[in-house]
This record gives sequence, structure tokens and C-alpha cells, in this order.
Amino acid sequence: MTQDVIKAHNLSVGYGHKVLLKDADFEVGKGDIFIIMGGSGCGKSSLLKVLTGLMPPLKGSFGLLGVDFQNADDNEKSNLRQKTGILYQSGALFSSMTLAENIAMPLNQYRSYNPATVDELVHLKLALVGLSGYENYYPSEISGGMKKRAGLARALALDPEIVYFDEPSAGLDPVSSARLDDLMIEINKNLNTTLVVVTHELQSIFAIASNSIYLDAVTKTITARGNPHDILKNPPNERVQQFLTRGKQ
Amino acid sequence: MINVLSFDISGNILNLTFTGDYQNQNLPKDLFDALKTNQLKQININLKELQGWDSSFLALLFRLNEHALKQSIKLSVLKAPAGVQELICLALAVPPPQSAPMQEKESFLSRIGDFGLNVFRSFRRGYAFLFSNLNLFVISMFAKTNTRRVDFLFALEECGPKALPIVMLISFMVGLILAFVGAIQLQLFGAQVYIASLVTIGMTRIMAAIMVGIIMAGRTGASFAATIGTMQVNEEIDALKTMGINADEFLVLPRLWALVITMPLLTMLADFGGILGGAAVGIFALDIPYSEYFKYAYNAWFLKHFLVGLFHAFVFGFIISLSGCYFGMNCGRDADSVGKSTTSAVVYAIVWMIVATGIITFCLQRMGI
Repeated sequence: MTQDVIKAHNLSVGYGHKVLLKDADFEVGKGDIFIIMGGSGCGKSSLLKVLTGLMPPLKGSFGLLGVDFQNADDNEKSNLRQKTGILYQSGALFSSMTLAENIAMPLNQYRSYNPATVDELVHLKLALVGLSGYENYYPSEISGGMKKRAGLARALALDPEIVYFDEPSAGLDPVSSARLDDLMIEINKNLNTTLVVVTHELQSIFAIASNSIYLDAVTKTITARGNPHDILKNPPNERVQQFLTRGKQ
Repeated sequence: MINVLSFDISGNILNLTFTGDYQNQNLPKDLFDALKTNQLKQININLKELQGWDSSFLALLFRLNEHALKQSIKLSVLKAPAGVQELICLALAVPPPQSAPMQEKESFLSRIGDFGLNVFRSFRRGYAFLFSNLNLFVISMFAKTNTRRVDFLFALEECGPKALPIVMLISFMVGLILAFVGAIQLQLFGAQVYIASLVTIGMTRIMAAIMVGIIMAGRTGASFAATIGTMQVNEEIDALKTMGINADEFLVLPRLWALVITMPLLTMLADFGGILGGAAVGIFALDIPYSEYFKYAYNAWFLKHFLVGLFHAFVFGFIISLSGCYFGMNCGRDADSVGKSTTSAVVYAIVWMIVATGIITFCLQRMGI
């Protein structure tokens, strides 16, 4: 039995009076590649914002690495944030810094390495994502796919236990998208990092997922959970089936 | 601190042994010094007693692997923990591309050349922008353009009523300061009543226009650059261009018209604000009778000074709006660029306003006005 790294209980997500997801219960096991999927406007990205602490839930709570995130004090939250990394849709690299400076930033902030070690760690992280030699490049000088990989290198800087991905395949060509999927699998397998991925890219979902939840924009609930291949074999309703088959019956 | 790494060199073989937890460790300098000074043929890494590891361990191993590959040293790893070998292979899988130009330092001469070329290019770009928009401005007086009425009215509101409170406050304060400064000398001769003339001539001829220009450059010119710059970052200007819409007509022209119209109006009100500021000092601080002050102010009010002030404001309107729009339209594609564009828009507007004032003053002096 795997240990749960995220455990959500009765979680409701939305903005003001607008509820996007209500009373969600789900668990993410250690070492999972957990997909949060669903159609546009179902609250996937908002759920991710709640899980990463960028916005509070409307109701309910969730535990992160065994700590109740809502009731954690600032120190606990800071510790938890060091154990999580996030890859945003655009990479969200700081444009005024080189790739090396982007990756070194969390290391300098939270670790007491000497500059030579930081340089070596930056070199390693960039090499892991296939960007060896690009240390002194600025984000504006590299392609979209490279920005995402550099963003992933930054997310991995502190050896996080969980890495969140917001639409990692968005805006990538099929080859770059497949390379990113492979990279995610390698990182999950070799570093035993739990990956929580928000996406509606079916090819990626079927290629990488070990577990998933489907958020239904109509009922505002989780209507399917488990391995996407298993869900596809036994879809609980027509909407899930249509989603997983790109609208084909 | 527990020693988690030990090494010894026998002949040309380096033996490395890791024990316990190798986490959050700095790179071992003595090991790399030893690597530099010894001609090695083999590195043996013993990981049998390694219990925990993190990226600092991977970084060290990765560095040793790279060194071994470069120097053709045989590297053998005993009992690597699960995942470690795979991660090292992953990191080594994509070598630095040969074509990826490592950022080379440019020579001094080359940098001077680049600087010169950049100045020339920006001058040419600015010249083209200036003339195409002045041309558009003239055309728009006689023909219909793609400018939307709502954009013009919105810009007019931004440049007019919304700017009025700060313009009035600043001009009142400038009038007040002029009066105080003038009073220091004029009081010596008992001629403090001429403060009214000093403030009136000073404000109407140039001070009001310059103060309004500086306020509007900081407030409205910066806002033009930031708005248009953000549109550039969001690819909205590209969208306009690909739809075949003239971006200058759509974005620059309404702002240009709005500022050219409002600048003289704001200057007129600033003249009034400045005279009131001077009056506050004259009447309340220097005990000049109310009627006396305004009589002298009225006598010092000449149409030519007033019109010179308005002409300055008219020219400043062009300078501020064109500077704001130019830097917005030529903004880069990242968040940093918007800040740079905004700063440049304000700085260039003020610099060109001062230059224009110098030229206008010289010309008017020659013309005897």
C-alpha cells in the first residue's frame, strides 16, 4: 500500500460565489503520476492553485505530505513549499535572469551550498532536462519547449517530493511533447518524485498516468477516478467516454 | 560533521568510498584538486555503504562522469542505488550542442560598433515613426481613418479630466514657489507687488506648459507606453497587423489627438492655477491687497506670452504622445521590456521637451516675440 502525499477531503474550489468543483475527495499516492483531467472550465487549474497554496479552497481541506495545509503555520508552509516544485504553462522563467540564475535562485534561497556546488547542481539539473550548455542563455533566447524544460529544471532544483505541472504539453509540437512526457516518466521512476499533472492532452494522459481523476464541468464533481486506461474500458458516463475518445462514440 | 566521502589514490587509480547519508553536501574541493594533479587511469566508486542521497550526490557523480569521459578514464561504480545510474545516463544523454554558441565576450571595438549601429537604427526607426504618424495626423484632419471614436474619447478622458486635479495642484504649488522666490529679492526694494507680474508672465509664457508637460509625460506618456507595450507582449499588435489594420491608426492616432487637444487646455488652466498660487503668497504672506495683486497680474497678462505658452503645450502634446506610443510599439516581448519602455518613454519625452523649448525660445527670440 502506497503512502498518500496529498489527501483532499470535501474540497470545494471556486471564486466567490462561483463554485467550480464541490466536495471533492481524492488521494495521491507517493510515486504516482496523478492526472487531473477534464474539459475546459471544469476547475482543473483552479484546483491546482488550491493545491499549491496560491488560493484558498471555498470549503474543505487537504493534507500535503501529512500536514494539514490550511492550518499549517508559515514555517510549515515554507517547508512544504520547498518539498514541492511547479512547472507553469509558460515555464514562468524570470526573463531578466539567465537559465542558470533561474535555477540557482531556489538553491541560494533555501540551501547553504557554496557557489561552485550551486553551479554544479545547476549544470546537473539542466543536463537532466537536456539543456546542457544553455546555462548563460536568457529565456527570450530559447524555444517554448526549452523554456518548459528549463522550468522543470527549476522545479526540480530542491529535490522536491511532489512536482505539479500545469498543462505541460500546451503549445508544444508532438515531438517536444513526447520528449517532455518521457522526461516526466524518467524523473518519476528514478527520483521517485510524485507528479501531479493538470492536462487534457489525451496522448500524454495515456502515456504517463498511473492514476487520475476526471472533473466534470456540468456536475462540478469528480465523476471518474483510477488509471485512465481502466476508465476508458468502463466509462462511468457519456461525458467521460466522449472526453477520453475525443468525442467519438 | 560525519565524513561521508573518503578517497585515496594508489598509483593511477582513485578509490572513492561513500558512507551514510550524502545529502546537502558541497563539492569536495580536495577531491577535484587531486583529480587535476594526478594522471589517473581508473576511478573506482564504492557505494555499498551509501544510505541516502540527493542532487548534491548526483552532481558530484555527474561531474566525475564528465571528467572521466573527457580524460578517457575508466570509471567503475560498485552498487549504485536504484535510479542513480539511469539519472546520470539521462544527464549525459544530450551533450551540449556544438552549434549552441556559448556566450562569447565581444571585443571593445565590436561593442562600440554595435552601439553605433543601434543608435543609427533607432534614429531611423524613430524618424520613420515620427513622419508616418505626423502624416497620418494631417490626413486624419481631412479624411476618415480607422481610428475608433470610443478609443479617442477614452484617451481624451484619460488625458483631460482625469489629469486635471494633479495639474491644478502642481501649477498652484509652482505659482506659490515662484512668488516666494521672487519675494526674496523684490522685498529688498519694496517692490513685492511685482510678484503678480513675475508669476503671471512666468506661468503664462513657459512655466505652466513645462510643468504640465512633465506631469503628462510621467502620467500619460508612461501609461501609453505601458498599455501599448503590454499589447505587444500579448501579441495584440501582431493580431492587428495580421488583420490588415494599421496599428498606428488604431493605437497611436487617438492618443495623439487626445493629448494635442488637451495639452493646451490643461496649460490654460495651469496658468490660472499658478496665478492663484502666486496670489495666495502675495495676499496672505506679503499683505498685498487683493485688488492690487490682480490689477498687476492683469496688466502683466499679454496675449503673446499666453499664445507662446499654448504653442509650447501643443508641441509638447506631440512629443509626449509620440514618445509614449513609439516606445510602446517598439517594446520587447517580455515583462522586463514593458518597464524599460515606460522608463524610456518618460525620459525621452522630457529630454525632447527641453530640447524643443530651447529651439522654440531661440526662434522666438530671433523673431522678437
